[in-house]
Amino acid sequence: MESYFYTGILFFLLGAVISLIPFQRAKNYIYILSAIGAVTLIISGLYLSSGTQIHIPSIPISSFLEFAFQGDALSGFFVTVISILALPVSIYSIGYTKNIGNKGLMGFLYNLFILSMYAVILSGNIITFLISWETMSVVSYFLVTFDRDKQSAKDGLIYAVMTHIGTAFIIALFLILYKNTGHMDFSGIKASIITLPPDIRSIIFIFSVIGFGTKAGIIPLHTWLPKAHPAAPSNVSALMSGVMIKTGIYGFVRISMDIMGNGPDWWGITIIVIGAVSSILGVLYALMEHDMKRLLAYHSVENIGIILLGIGASMLFRSNGLYTLSAIALIAGLYHTLNHAIFKGLLFLGAGSVIHATHTKNMEDLGGLIKSMPYTGITFLIGSVSICALPPFNGFVSEWLTYQSLILGFQSSSITSKIVLPLGGAALALTGALAAACFVKVFGISFLGAPRSHHAEHTREAPLSMIIGMAILAVLCLVFGVVPDAVISMLSSSVFQLTGTYGLLRGNWFLHINETVATLSPVSILITVVAVFISSVIFILVVSGRRKTTYSDSWDCGMPSLTSRMQYTATAFTKPIRMIFKRIYLPRREIRVSYIVKPFFVKSIKYSGEITPFFEQYIYEPLTILIHKFAGKVRLLQSGSLHLYLGYILVTLILLLIFGK
Amino acid sequence: MEYLQFIIIILFSPFIQGVIKKFKANMQGRVGPGVFQPYYDLIRLFQKDMVISRVSSWVFKATPYIVFASTAAAAMIVPVITTSSRLGMMGDVITLIYLFALGRFFMALAGLDTGTAFGGEGSSREMTVAILVEPMMMLSIFTAAISARSTNIGRIAEMHNILYSPSHILALSAFMMVIIAETGRIPVDNPDTHLELTMIHEGMILEYSGRYLALMEWAHYMKQMLLFTLAFDIFFPLGISTSTEISNLAVSSAVYLFKVCFMAVLMAVIESSRAKMRFFQLPSLLGGAFVLAVLSLLTYIMMGG
Repeated sequence: MESYFYTGILFFLLGAVISLIPFQRAKNYIYILSAIGAVTLIISGLYLSSGTQIHIPSIPISSFLEFAFQGDALSGFFVTVISILALPVSIYSIGYTKNIGNKGLMGFLYNLFILSMYAVILSGNIITFLISWETMSVVSYFLVTFDRDKQSAKDGLIYAVMTHIGTAFIIALFLILYKNTGHMDFSGIKASIITLPPDIRSIIFIFSVIGFGTKAGIIPLHTWLPKAHPAAPSNVSALMSGVMIKTGIYGFVRISMDIMGNGPDWWGITIIVIGAVSSILGVLYALMEHDMKRLLAYHSVENIGIILLGIGASMLFRSNGLYTLSAIALIAGLYHTLNHAIFKGLLFLGAGSVIHATHTKNMEDLGGLIKSMPYTGITFLIGSVSICALPPFNGFVSEWLTYQSLILGFQSSSITSKIVLPLGGAALALTGALAAACFVKVFGISFLGAPRSHHAEHTREAPLSMIIGMAILAVLCLVFGVVPDAVISMLSSSVFQLTGTYGLLRGNWFLHINETVATLSPVSILITVVAVFISSVIFILVVSGRRKTTYSDSWDCGMPSLTSRMQYTATAFTKPIRMIFKRIYLPRREIRVSYIVKPFFVKSIKYSGEITPFFEQYIYEPLTILIHKFAGKVRLLQSGSLHLYLGYILVTLILLLIFGK
Repeated sequence: MEYLQFIIIILFSPFIQGVIKKFKANMQGRVGPGVFQPYYDLIRLFQKDMVISRVSSWVFKATPYIVFASTAAAAMIVPVITTSSRLGMMGDVITLIYLFALGRFFMALAGLDTGTAFGGEGSSREMTVAILVEPMMMLSIFTAAISARSTNIGRIAEMHNILYSPSHILALSAFMMVIIAETGRIPVDNPDTHLELTMIHEGMILEYSGRYLALMEWAHYMKQMLLFTLAFDIFFPLGISTSTEISNLAVSSAVYLFKVCFMAVLMAVIESSRAKMRFFQLPSLLGGAFVLAVLSLLTYIMMGG
């Protein structure tokens, strides 16, 4: 089993090395190597997640410093998630990167990026973790700025700054852990964590929320996410949104659940509140985006929120001593982690092939793509149905489990959790309805109707490799929705490791939760829907026979001049939502009318509307201004005069001589 | 036997629509069409030719089947006259809500598929109403689910232990708003209008004709009956049989018929005595109902549930 693991790593390394060879023909095979690597790592990830130990020898650098790796069930699960997405994305990249400039650099960074994520997940001690984490951040920064234009440079800068704020908190939390336990390796820290006073543990918890939350994209630390993810090439966006932000979830679960063990009630409640806020605000902001990729990036914020609802509930139950419920909630959170990787990966790949074909990200210029790009259309539709948690696709199963775990709050003994948990459920319901509205908009405006501009008119379907990549993910959306057992058995060892129980009873084809007498059998829902579908087709053939079908224009109220510009636009579609949630959006609009003869002959009317980006405008901008002011003050010290610097050294020396003893 | 309830829903749902229409007509001093009129309408539509927009794609053609199939799948889950059915294992009340959401999702897509402003307007409004209704529906059901310690609908019906407590009444009133909004009735939507500016549900399906329209209408009748039945199961389960003995089933069928007629009268009264609200006033109405649902949950917990 170790051989699978090493083979996989080797293939990714090979991919990275070959990319650097200045030999154009070789570069076509980079992604085939990555795909093979991903397959072998899926296998070793599955082994790992079933509880098989894996021994990776550590690489000593000095007596103090060594690169140590460890693999347990939890890491195994995340390795599987990364590999399952890396496989189709690599296949997709074969076609997608065909016309990209600087193929070699792309291939190198791509493979290094995936490797660094594996390294983060498998790190065994603090130093290894931090170095891998930083490598991941830096490599992804280069990928974000890959297009080398002004906008991506700006977005990349914001990403770099935010991610380092997060890293600073992670370093701080590791320093606290090291200082208080005296261990560098995670297993050592875990063994002696029990001696830590509760205050220190709470500080570590808060730091891990901020540090890992920045990477995961929780609100209000999400601002980099909708900027950086769309700026990257689409295959990389899929990986960033699908799995890179999950390393934040991994880090959080590793530190706050695995290493730290049980905490007070408010830890879980904090996570639930963060989850609820992130999911609602994430999807609300997504609704107002008309840039396809930014919209999807905001949905990542939303889904991280849903994942955190499950994980928070799990923490809350565990600190109340309800281990079975904790296990169910954890299954919900981790299941959604996997699902989100799959459908968000799929949607980003779909967006990638739309942009590839139309050269625009703006939905208002699209329309009718399902006719010219049928395969991209149907896979994108499957992704949309999955992300809206509609049965019988995978998103539904994990959200169903999340609902169940939130309802189970009635078993808790504390009044607070009894109230917080069902309200979390209401937040999830609101999120679900908003997400459905949002994806009706995305799919309906971009793929249905008539083309809204010349961009969308003469499009061609994506090349075969890209379609295969998307098709694999679309099939997985259905498989993980219909065979939940496969995922849950993959999760069971990690769940057992963290909660001490397996949680829910299950049959081969259905989920069963004892505590709420709730059962769900996605496969019979699928069978029913398909059976009724087919029988109603037959029924209609029998009842109505062969009737004539005429194809004609849409109803135009008797004025035969319906153009594609008269269709509903994305802006119009979301107008009622913008009105209802105006307290959150703070929308502004401006109408400029110029006249030939006032007020009768209008020459032109210009309308512009926008929403206020609350967090950017009221939190980050003032903060940036403050930092700039402070930096300005500090600048007085740095005058550039050599004499002054010599003076500083002199003063420092004297002060040291006086106070040094 | 297992599939009896499913067949009841499919076959009798147009009848309930007819009954509501009849009551409404009487209340407004008209004679109105007979209670079997919806059946005649469906038969007539099934035998008509169709006109389909050139702009539309396969999504438009698949949607009537998907809507019908998802509603039919929902009908499998809901106990009508007996709670003893193995089909209840298929899913619970949350599944039911999401099956409705599946139908709505495709209906809204079909509205956008024809490339007209009416369709888009209908979809946009329908999804907006769904945003307001869905959390409320979830919360009012949560209260029932928590008090029954189960999300299985049959189980909730058997327990019926929040009957006539304050939280029950609050949750029920929120749920009534859900029914009105979800079935597209006044004051949220007007089922009889084809006036462009006011329609929601009708706007989305404006381009449908012939057998597709028949399927959409039938699915809509089924959804209406399912929502009524769900309200009985959760809030008035009295009389529902817990076994499959013929005598019990006879009693429970009679009780069910009575309940449905009561509900039909209620709907007719509400529709005849209210005017349709402006679309942008809906948030305050539905928001108020949401507060009721939250209060119902809080009352239940505070009263020591």
